[in-house]
Amino acid sequence: MNIQGENKTQNRILSLLPLWIVIGIFMIGPLLVMATVSLMESNVYGGVHFKFSLSGYQQILFDTNLFDEIEFNPAYIIIIARSFVLALAATFLSLLIGFPAAYYISRQSNRVKNILIFLVTIPFWTNLLIRTFAWIIILGKGGVIESSFNFLGLLDKESSLNLMYTNTAILIGLVYSYLPLMVLPIYASLEKMDVRLLEAATDLYSSRIELIRKIIFPLSMPGIIGGSILVFVPCLGAFIAPDLLGGGKKLLLGSLIQFQFSYARNWPFGAAMAMFLLALVILILIFNAKLNRRHRKYEAQR
Amino acid sequence: MKEKVIKLLVSISLLFASSSLMAAGKLNLYNWADYTPDALIDKFEAETGIQVTVDTYDSNETLLAKLQAGGGSTGYDLAVPSQHFVEIMIKEGLIEKIDGITGMSNYKYVAEQFQGPSFDPTQEYSTPWQMGSASWAYRADSYSGNGSSMMEFFKPSDEVCGKVAVFKSPEEVVNMAHLALGSNFCSEDPNEMQAVMDLLIEQKKCVAVYSSEGINERLMSGEVIMHAHWDGYSQVGKWEGVDDLTYAYPKEGVVGWFDSLVMPKGAKNVEEAKAFMNFVMHPENMAILSNFAAYANAIPESVNYLSDDMKNATNIQVPDGIPVKFGQACNKESQALVDKVWTKLMQ
Repeated sequence: MNIQGENKTQNRILSLLPLWIVIGIFMIGPLLVMATVSLMESNVYGGVHFKFSLSGYQQILFDTNLFDEIEFNPAYIIIIARSFVLALAATFLSLLIGFPAAYYISRQSNRVKNILIFLVTIPFWTNLLIRTFAWIIILGKGGVIESSFNFLGLLDKESSLNLMYTNTAILIGLVYSYLPLMVLPIYASLEKMDVRLLEAATDLYSSRIELIRKIIFPLSMPGIIGGSILVFVPCLGAFIAPDLLGGGKKLLLGSLIQFQFSYARNWPFGAAMAMFLLALVILILIFNAKLNRRHRKYEAQR
Repeated sequence: MKEKVIKLLVSISLLFASSSLMAAGKLNLYNWADYTPDALIDKFEAETGIQVTVDTYDSNETLLAKLQAGGGSTGYDLAVPSQHFVEIMIKEGLIEKIDGITGMSNYKYVAEQFQGPSFDPTQEYSTPWQMGSASWAYRADSYSGNGSSMMEFFKPSDEVCGKVAVFKSPEEVVNMAHLALGSNFCSEDPNEMQAVMDLLIEQKKCVAVYSSEGINERLMSGEVIMHAHWDGYSQVGKWEGVDDLTYAYPKEGVVGWFDSLVMPKGAKNVEEAKAFMNFVMHPENMAILSNFAAYANAIPESVNYLSDDMKNATNIQVPDGIPVKFGQACNKESQALVDKVWTKLMQ
């Protein structure tokens, strides 16, 4: 009995070993490297001096000014806040578009459903960078949108809509990139929804708005939360869309980190920033887990 | 079972054998984007039988970061940094010392003033590639200025405001601002850097985009009229159909650069790399480079092989009396000031 039990644990440990190796090599390893680098002193030409220093973290809030005095520096806080606002806006817009789309798909026949879901995933076959470049052609001067406006006589040849290099362009790029990640989880939760609930509610004279508010929305909550996180987190660190479509005029978290590793050659600060971003993401995930648990409790109570 | 093991061993050893055979004639070149003509690579492969793989980067800083991160195992045999980055890479021990550059058969073609340049006085690390300058270019048909002052770029007139584009990396932009203000490159004086910052923040009101990619496309579409630019690349834009694209040689001067072939630490194909260095120094081959990227070079005799287009290239001819000031390797203090200026500009 005892021996059998031991064997079982042994087997379990052995069968989980590949997983631990993968996590160790591809996740914990690089993370440790990053954490170590963030605690070192920077070398002026890139790389680090192997000497303990907290300056990377200190720099997030404080800085010496041009005249070498230490002062509170809001620059990075502003950049972080801007990233947050932009990521939130992108998430909200994705939800606004993604929810009706997911609902529509879930109400189709099985055949149509499969085709539509397949279509939603198609953009992932092409590299994100290339897809974002395509938006330059669409939004740019004399691009697809402007020339169709020209054709319809809504815009004369000389003037421009000035769509490129704006916050709107960044938002369009972000929403486009991550919309499928919003649609799929919401679709998954709507798909499981019992249609008879809707029929019953209609039979009991529930209005359309009540139908959405009291049945569809609560039942798709796990999908909405999951999708929102899947969109929000990559938007927070995005740098391709802001760079290409926004004109690189304002730094965001992602581009700030990239800047530290390339031009500024301040690896510890870049690594500290990355750790900070990671901490934010983990906080959000914990918050999500809490929400989910509460939701499950609520479900169970009903 | 036994048979399987033997098969596996045989195939593994075959794999190793074939890869070591291949390695005998291979060269991995890491170069700037749009900077390596296919014709040159084809000619080199035909003459030597060495197979060349080209990989690209977009800035000296990217190259430096890659070499720093790689720590002697980047897999590249040759790279093409600018003069001040050669200096940094020597200091940081990131590139190999190469025996016998001065003894190479084509070294005699290098112009005397470029033999033993200031960044590699003993010529033990580098051989010349191309040289040029950074300034700005404009669509002459849509702009009434004549590019005679750097301030035209930093304080754009209403005519071009909102249609100005600037490089994405601080280094050349800050140097151009130094030229405009008459201060020195790599300044450590906070007051001078404050003036640079004020100038850049003022300019930003008129800037549409900060980008170092797709410059000619942006000028061609008319999205911008004025763009920070390189002399040769603007000439290529002219060849590609932007007829009125004019490179400015302001009286304050332009930022010069000189790119060289160097060998990253831990390069595996040393002999192949040396063969390529020697090959490039031949006037005929150097001319292929210049005809392609439209930059000047350090091999005077290459002029015999230049295309007519290249001989008549107006954007790369430096007018008399216009100073060309070469970028330098800045120290920590000045680098920190540049970072602060740029972060403030982008915050």
